[in-house]
Amino acid sequence: MKQTKSKKTVKTLISHAVLIVIGVLWMYPFLWMASASFKTNDEFFANRLSLIPETFTLDNIIRIWTKANFSTYFINTVIVTIFSVIIVLVMTITAGYALGRYDFVGKKVLLSIFLASITIPLVSTIIPTYQVIRSAGLVGTRTGLILAQSGGAHVIFLMLFSGYFQGIPNELEDAAKVDGCSFFKTFWYIMMPLGKPISITVVIMQTIWTWNAFLLPLVLTLNNPSSRTLAVGLYAFKGENTVDWTGIAAGGFISVIPIILLYIFLQKYFVDGIAGAVKS
Amino acid sequence: MRAQAGKTQTISARKKRERHSVNLWCWLFMSLTLIFYIVFQGYPIICSIQYSLLDWSGLTSSADFAGLGNYLELINDSLFWNAFINSFKYTLLLVPCQLVVSLILAYILNNDRMKGRVVYRTMFFLPVITTASIVGIIMIFIFGVSGPVNALLQTLHIIDEPVQFLSDGSIALYTVVGISVWKDCGTYMIYWLAGLSGVSKDLYEAAAIDGANRRQTFFHIVLPLIVPIGGVIAILCAINSLKVFDIVKTMTEGGPYYATDVIGTFVYRQAFSSEMGMPRLGYASAAAILFGITVIVIGIILNIAKAKLNSKSQI
Repeated sequence: MKQTKSKKTVKTLISHAVLIVIGVLWMYPFLWMASASFKTNDEFFANRLSLIPETFTLDNIIRIWTKANFSTYFINTVIVTIFSVIIVLVMTITAGYALGRYDFVGKKVLLSIFLASITIPLVSTIIPTYQVIRSAGLVGTRTGLILAQSGGAHVIFLMLFSGYFQGIPNELEDAAKVDGCSFFKTFWYIMMPLGKPISITVVIMQTIWTWNAFLLPLVLTLNNPSSRTLAVGLYAFKGENTVDWTGIAAGGFISVIPIILLYIFLQKYFVDGIAGAVKS
Repeated sequence: MRAQAGKTQTISARKKRERHSVNLWCWLFMSLTLIFYIVFQGYPIICSIQYSLLDWSGLTSSADFAGLGNYLELINDSLFWNAFINSFKYTLLLVPCQLVVSLILAYILNNDRMKGRVVYRTMFFLPVITTASIVGIIMIFIFGVSGPVNALLQTLHIIDEPVQFLSDGSIALYTVVGISVWKDCGTYMIYWLAGLSGVSKDLYEAAAIDGANRRQTFFHIVLPLIVPIGGVIAILCAINSLKVFDIVKTMTEGGPYYATDVIGTFVYRQAFSSEMGMPRLGYASAAAILFGITVIVIGIILNIAKAKLNSKSQI
């Protein structure tokens, strides 16, 4: 008995050791980026493998933030993300509620159209999307970017909401009806508050997706560098300063750190959302 | 008798009214989603088809009708086929690697009693939430000639000369696939974990009592049970891989010499980049449509195949 127990402990230790080694390799690019952000340029090229800066400097972060417009890119990204998340949340919670709790004329057709559009790649719609935004005079503006980022059917979010609202017992709704609640009041006072866990999931997933989006902001900000988001800004910076690797690392670090912090604190909701997507 | 008939009539009239109002409300609730869907997905799809029949730079308001000219030109464009084939090469290389790596990680982490599993899960998931374009840019250096990967391999004397991971046409695509596996592995790991959580714990215990080790348990008991969800995961992975753009665009720009050029970068170059002269929106749209149709057809075929397999395994 004792022997099997100690054998088990050894096995656990080995699997942890393996996981830690893989984990460190897995994290290496992030560690590299973080450490390069705080290294001087000389040190960066002198020692390519070390992860701990000998002389800790904030110059790279300051340079990128003030001289390379990353403060503008950062604000753009925050604004675009916030507004597109609000729009997407409002549209998917209402549509998900209707789809989940009611049988209405045309529901099946809508659902099948939405489902079919999962496979359509963004490259196939990007050119007309650009033309739509351009004809509205919104190319190179944050408004245009917000609208385009909110576009599409958001099938995963619709599925999450409709599945959740479907599972709420009818008694609640019946009681509300007896009390004279209208369709909208039932939704507003009873269902919407109940949908909070899914709302948080949707907010986090959409935040991460909008923050990380590349093709749409790339195309929509081609004519106006001051409307770039972080993802596009770093790409442009790299195109113009191919040798400033500590600057590039600092830009990358600034771009990913907010989203990593958000994820670490709220990861449960994000992971639940991803898992829910494949289950439905 | 007559009074009763009148009563049922008013009831049914009220029911009808109620149904009517429910329909109205539902469509009102759908309207925002519908508007955004039509403007940014439905209309663009139809527009793309229209554009694909035009000879148009997008800079002028006038466009010449080209009929199927763009399509005919595409069929004879070796760069288009190069990108088309690369997209499929990328997908065929990536899907099996991705499914295996993510399943291994998921199987190791699918153990409630393991300490620190949330920490490990967070580590493996971190690349997923990171901006793909930024990963692409950082990886240029990490896999560059003077980057840490080459430095490590040289320090360990595995290689003498630095490997041109991204600028050697014969290996660049493999490097991109490898980095993509790392980047998205976390998502597929979560999918697998969702599938594994459906496997009853009693089965593991029963297998342990019968003296099966972890590997035997996996291949004989767990694997057959998670094949159905594996099919869904494979389809999602294939569709996502065919759509790849961000990481290729930022890491290699489709180069060297179009060795990693995929449809996403091909369309972008034709439509938005100045390196080929005047933008060609019609030509780019035709390529996007042709590819979109291919992806949809493949999606349908895979779905049918999955349904067939599932019904077979039920018998």
